[in-house]
Amino acid sequence: MRNETPLSAEVLSQLVQPARVHRRVYTDPEIFELEMQRIFASTWVYVGHESQIRNPGDFFCTRVARKPLVIVRGKNSEINALHNQCAHRGSMVVAVDAGCADEFQCCYHGWTYHLDGRLKAVPLNHGYPEDFNIKNPNTAMVQVPRVQSYRGFIFVSLAAEGHSLEEFLGYMKTSLDDMVDRAPDGELDVAGGTFKHVYEGNWKIYLENLCDAAHPWFTHRSSIAAAQQQDDAVYSDGSGEIAIRQMRQNGAPYSFWESQVGIWTYPNGHSYLGDYHDDAKLVAAMNDPTFRAYVEALQAKKGQQETQRVMEIRRWNSNIYPNLSIMSQFQQLRVIHPIAVDRTVVHTYCFKLRGAPEQMFRNTISFANIVNGTGSLVLTDDLEIYNRITLGFASEGAEWVEIGRGYQSDVPDVHGGRKGKNSTSEIYIRNMFDAWREYMFGGEAETKGAAA
Amino acid sequence: MTTSKAATAHTTIAGKLSLDDCKTFLIYEAQLLDEGHFDRWLALFTADARYWVPSVPGQQSPHDTVSLMYDDRRLLETRVRRLANPRIYSQEPRSRTSRIVTNFTLVPDNGTQGVTVRSKFMMVEYRREEQRLFAGTVLHCLVNEGDNIRIAVKRIDLVNCDAPLDGLVVPF
Repeated sequence: MRNETPLSAEVLSQLVQPARVHRRVYTDPEIFELEMQRIFASTWVYVGHESQIRNPGDFFCTRVARKPLVIVRGKNSEINALHNQCAHRGSMVVAVDAGCADEFQCCYHGWTYHLDGRLKAVPLNHGYPEDFNIKNPNTAMVQVPRVQSYRGFIFVSLAAEGHSLEEFLGYMKTSLDDMVDRAPDGELDVAGGTFKHVYEGNWKIYLENLCDAAHPWFTHRSSIAAAQQQDDAVYSDGSGEIAIRQMRQNGAPYSFWESQVGIWTYPNGHSYLGDYHDDAKLVAAMNDPTFRAYVEALQAKKGQQETQRVMEIRRWNSNIYPNLSIMSQFQQLRVIHPIAVDRTVVHTYCFKLRGAPEQMFRNTISFANIVNGTGSLVLTDDLEIYNRITLGFASEGAEWVEIGRGYQSDVPDVHGGRKGKNSTSEIYIRNMFDAWREYMFGGEAETKGAAA
Repeated sequence: MTTSKAATAHTTIAGKLSLDDCKTFLIYEAQLLDEGHFDRWLALFTADARYWVPSVPGQQSPHDTVSLMYDDRRLLETRVRRLANPRIYSQEPRSRTSRIVTNFTLVPDNGTQGVTVRSKFMMVEYRREEQRLFAGTVLHCLVNEGDNIRIAVKRIDLVNCDAPLDGLVVPF
């Protein structure tokens, strides 16, 4: 199948089959452009957290479907999402990553905008055409049609129509709940800086790796071996200890992944990988004084029963398709920014749990360094994989990418999703392609393609 | 204030460890890294050393903000051991590096043991048909252990520490 074939719904449907996908979905620039329109510019996309813009005038810049946006807390505390473009001659108005402003002013001819995007003032305003009017919506920084937050997590949709945020999140909102419910005071703060990674590869590859329980033992073997051989008597200020524990965990045998870890998937491409709850793990964790202090803080604020409920949730990566991954146990969040068909940037953030012991955030930082750090002993091997997949796709080898592990052994989940037979099932990738089909061509699933 | 006391300590140690000594040492360190002698490089650090590449310009602490690399001695040993592992896929093929270290100055003493040397560096990393250029400021806290100079803290502030970067595997 050559790239010149026009991308009709029928052609697209043939590229994505129940247990395999054509490599062209990762390499064709035209498909990438369609994904930007039909997925990123049409569904809900995570842009940031309300703690980044606590006060009126606080703003940060981001991109959705590659389009630059400003997310700003307005005068009445509402959240506005504006296209970052001057209505006059098109210049990008806000050029810093984040800050606080009373108004936005374009650096070209000084057009000035209110925080909700309405034009406020224009210098030299007598020279414009007769019908020029600063109250005309065409002279505004254009508002994104829909912006909404769920428990502090801000999502936007560049499309005026479509399912509501609640419908979009479905049962996966419980992973966002779990992020917030872990804070003894019930509030989160983004803190501790941002990692930004780039790799020469398609955006989908990233999410396909985050719930991949079959890769650590191979991909991360150099860090697993190095960590296993480390002498624990050597000095650590705590940072290395947390990092090394995590690297050793990656070396858990396949039997662990297949018997103690599960993978759950839900409509719209969402999924999470999680431990099965086990009281023994919780009891062991209580040996750690920081964890014990944290559990006591939770109990004091939320009571015994709610604390027990929160502790029994043991999710690792929760992926909210197409651009968000969170990890509630260590307060991590990643946002995927597709740049080109073969270029992706990922931003990662940490959260501070209000009311938790200070040491806990120090542990969050150490964990971020090893799991999400640009110079991490673990992530660097993942980035290598993403780059190598792109190199592999350039070959004339297998046209099809196999995503059939566990195919036809899925079981229904009581919350309306499907669960893999065990955590090494590739069900979460098939689930993302179900959503992909729905977004890209209305889901006329595997009709002719299935027999190809 | 402890200024005079600190100044005295500084003079004493600087008396033993001249700027020339430090220059020679740092050029030697860069050579070990360029030649891939990571075990010998590790041996230059003290038993409680820290190695730090901040993610934010002027970062105050490695504990409240993420770092491109932040290793206590235990993690630094693991990092170096991994570099020797034949299955370190992010180093297949291996990087080749070439570093220039220059603009050495002694930083006025901060009251801690040893001397702090500030230098500038540039490093070219070549791997798989691609060449990357890194540059920045380095602070070395050096101490005398017996007759040997040892690194107690090494901090590398990259000019592009907050840029989107592909993986960083070879230590700076």
